[in-house]
Amino acid sequence: MNTLAITRHHVTVTFWHIIPWVAPLFFLGLFFFYPLGKILSLGLTPTILFEADYAELASKTLFFTFSQAILSVLLTLFVGLPAAYLFARYKFIGKSILRALTAVPFMLPTVVVAAGFNALLGPRGWINLGLMGAFRLELPPITFVHTLGAILLAHVFYNTTIVIRIVGNTLIHLDPRLEQAARCLGADTRRTFWHISMPLLFPSILAAGLLVFLFDFTSFGVILLLGGPTFATLEVEIYIQALQMLNLPAAAVLSMIQLGCTLVFSVMYSRMAKKATVQFGQHPAGMNVRGARTKSERLFTGSMVTLLVTLFLSPMLALPVRSISRLEAARGERTTIQAGLTGEYYQELFMNRRGSLFYVPPIRAAYNSLKYAGITIILSLLLGFPAASALAHPGRLERLFDPLLIMPLGASAVTMGLGFIVAFNRPPLNLLTSPWLIPLAHTLVALPFVIRSLQPALAAIPERYREAAALLGASALRTWLAVDWPIVRRATLAAATFAFTVSLGEFGATSLLVRPEYPTIPIAIYRFLSQPGGLNYGQAMAMATLLMVSSTLGILLIERLRLPGAGEF
Amino acid sequence: MLEVINIHKKYEGAPLLRGISFTVTSGETVCLLGASGSGKSTLLRIIAGLEHPEAGQIRWNGEDLSTIPTYKRNFGLVFQDYVLFPHLRVDENIAFGLRMQGLDRAEIRNRLHIALEQVNLSGFEQRRVTELSGGEQQRVALARALAPRPRLLMFDEPIGALDRTLRDHLMVELRSILQNTGVPSIYVTHDQEEASAISDRILLLCDGEIIRSGSPAEVHAEPGSAWAANFLGLGNVLQGKVVEAGWIETRVGRLQVNCIHDHREGESIPVLIRPRGALAGDGKNSIRSVVVDIIYHQDDFRITLDNGLFFYLEEAPRIGQTIDIRIQSSALQCLA
Repeated sequence: MNTLAITRHHVTVTFWHIIPWVAPLFFLGLFFFYPLGKILSLGLTPTILFEADYAELASKTLFFTFSQAILSVLLTLFVGLPAAYLFARYKFIGKSILRALTAVPFMLPTVVVAAGFNALLGPRGWINLGLMGAFRLELPPITFVHTLGAILLAHVFYNTTIVIRIVGNTLIHLDPRLEQAARCLGADTRRTFWHISMPLLFPSILAAGLLVFLFDFTSFGVILLLGGPTFATLEVEIYIQALQMLNLPAAAVLSMIQLGCTLVFSVMYSRMAKKATVQFGQHPAGMNVRGARTKSERLFTGSMVTLLVTLFLSPMLALPVRSISRLEAARGERTTIQAGLTGEYYQELFMNRRGSLFYVPPIRAAYNSLKYAGITIILSLLLGFPAASALAHPGRLERLFDPLLIMPLGASAVTMGLGFIVAFNRPPLNLLTSPWLIPLAHTLVALPFVIRSLQPALAAIPERYREAAALLGASALRTWLAVDWPIVRRATLAAATFAFTVSLGEFGATSLLVRPEYPTIPIAIYRFLSQPGGLNYGQAMAMATLLMVSSTLGILLIERLRLPGAGEF
Repeated sequence: MLEVINIHKKYEGAPLLRGISFTVTSGETVCLLGASGSGKSTLLRIIAGLEHPEAGQIRWNGEDLSTIPTYKRNFGLVFQDYVLFPHLRVDENIAFGLRMQGLDRAEIRNRLHIALEQVNLSGFEQRRVTELSGGEQQRVALARALAPRPRLLMFDEPIGALDRTLRDHLMVELRSILQNTGVPSIYVTHDQEEASAISDRILLLCDGEIIRSGSPAEVHAEPGSAWAANFLGLGNVLQGKVVEAGWIETRVGRLQVNCIHDHREGESIPVLIRPRGALAGDGKNSIRSVVVDIIYHQDDFRITLDNGLFFYLEEAPRIGQTIDIRIQSSALQCLA
């Protein structure tokens, strides 16, 4: 380690510099770039590209993808901007709890969110059942699931936190004296906002909007589960074409369009994000935060807090409560409804009924998920550690390879699943039936997060500590144990939790690659939700609750372990 | 004419301003001098209408301003660290107040030109404010406040962040600008040199109250309290006891003080010993002490004695040497 330290000060690319990159790059090359290349070669044949049917399908899908994303962004800004202002400028009871609450949805698996909204607003959900009971209705009065409204609401639920963080960050650092200076110069409230506040906030609003757009554009689980059969974005259409129509070339073309659009928007976003972070007049944060004083201020804070709590808490509460409530006729009893608490949905998970959706008790899905998650953790740490430590002390090589590591984030999970199908369906790489397939896909999705978690910790170890230890006589191993490990331990736990949470909730790639007899938890939930019957519904709720609890715990643990200063987006 | 009448303001529950009253007339530059955190900036913000007092009134030419919002008062404010609009250029910053007043473009261009000339920044119109030096930014801030021809100008420690030579230079410029425009001004600072250089009248702010008001010369000649003498750095402040008429017993000895006030015997009063004009040698009002420190200071030597007093002498004794210093009677005064 001693000689390594000295070598690093010279800008020579040695053997030791290349070694950390071998494993991650090999992994990426084989499991990301190669499948991607296969997709491109499949879709780029002239006959397919200019096929009229494909063109019509592609343009229709693209149009819908765009429109729902834009609508979602507008709604998210509508909720998120006042929320950002609320958090940036006011103090109130429960502020930090509410803030954490708005951030949890972002990393929740889509199936959990879908199940939560279903439990609240679906045909068997609380509101419908409540209205049916109160007004003695035959049919559920509110149609929510399988409408555009469901998609938009779920998107708002997911992405409001992005607006709150990005715009809120700028707001906090905005010198309030700028507005005061404008007032002294004769500008009233409206003109101060228009000439001073708005132009200074605009870059961050645009950056937040672009990022939310990117997420809504590539949305898959929400569209599939809450939108239903009538709505299809590019992602969903890829899935349908690949899995149901068995039309791989069409799926490939759509994939390419998806990739192209995502690339363009990602570039636009990073440009905007740079502009947004050029902090003019850097002002210490939190200097302008105070309690609501005037009546209109109290009205604003009160209604915003109520709105946010309702929006973020109700689906997540509806889910677990629904999973233990029997509100409809039990199996076999069509007439008597015994409303009450029950654990039967959870008990059903452990039973293997004849003719069930699975060949094994549903709880086996949990076992599979945990197995896959474990492998994902090990693989992503094995690959992520060398990459992160190389990135922590970047040299010429690192600048070349860093963008490559981020690319999997930009490609959608469904595209990666498609790539696996297309690339690994023949010998010598006939992996489609291998149990390793899904963990490999999960590792691909989790790897950027793992690297991003490890990198700040590894970069935070000053070279001097190592040199000091060496001077005092410590061997390389002892130095590592005494200096590196304590610092890295926390980040490793965070990275592992990331990998675990991502793998547990992964739905996009898994939906394309899963084998029927080895389901994962999200797949199980999806299947249960798609089937009629109160028992199926209840089991979906039960599994989703389990997944929600473990994901939430994972998210909270990650938040607590994160190094202060580790980047947001 | 601005009247500040009995302003009271609390900060986080504790009283900050306790009954501030003063007036500023046309052509006058008044300086609020006080320690950091004494509420000077808060008072400016109250006058500007950015904050509201718990009690008291602000009046302009007899009119109560409590219902008039900030943007209608036409009071200019030059902030500490300038607070220039970062997304606007120099000319746009300066023209902002003129735009808000609804002036036409020709008039705006005209006033812009005049303002830039006043602060010696002609030719800087197109520059971005983030590229300017500290002194240039401060001058833009001044031009921005001057351009709309405000009724009152307020300065919140405007040159604190600049280096010595730049500060001296800007103070001279500022003084001439204020005299030329004749606009009444309130200048807030903790630096008593700035205060003396720029103002017609100094108001000393201590513990939420104005404890002394007067021209710089008056305030320096008669500080009026031990705190004021210490804050202004006038010299050595000692507590003494009146033993008989004209004689005060202090911890460094018995001193004869010509005092204009009537003091009872036994009364405890603070005494100021100014450090200049002392002579070596013994006699009336002399102190014997050991030299502990000598610092070369411009043309003199600053001698610190082991009794805690300091003086400026033309010739430096040796450290450790016991010397007698005779204090001139003009350098002695009581402070009550």
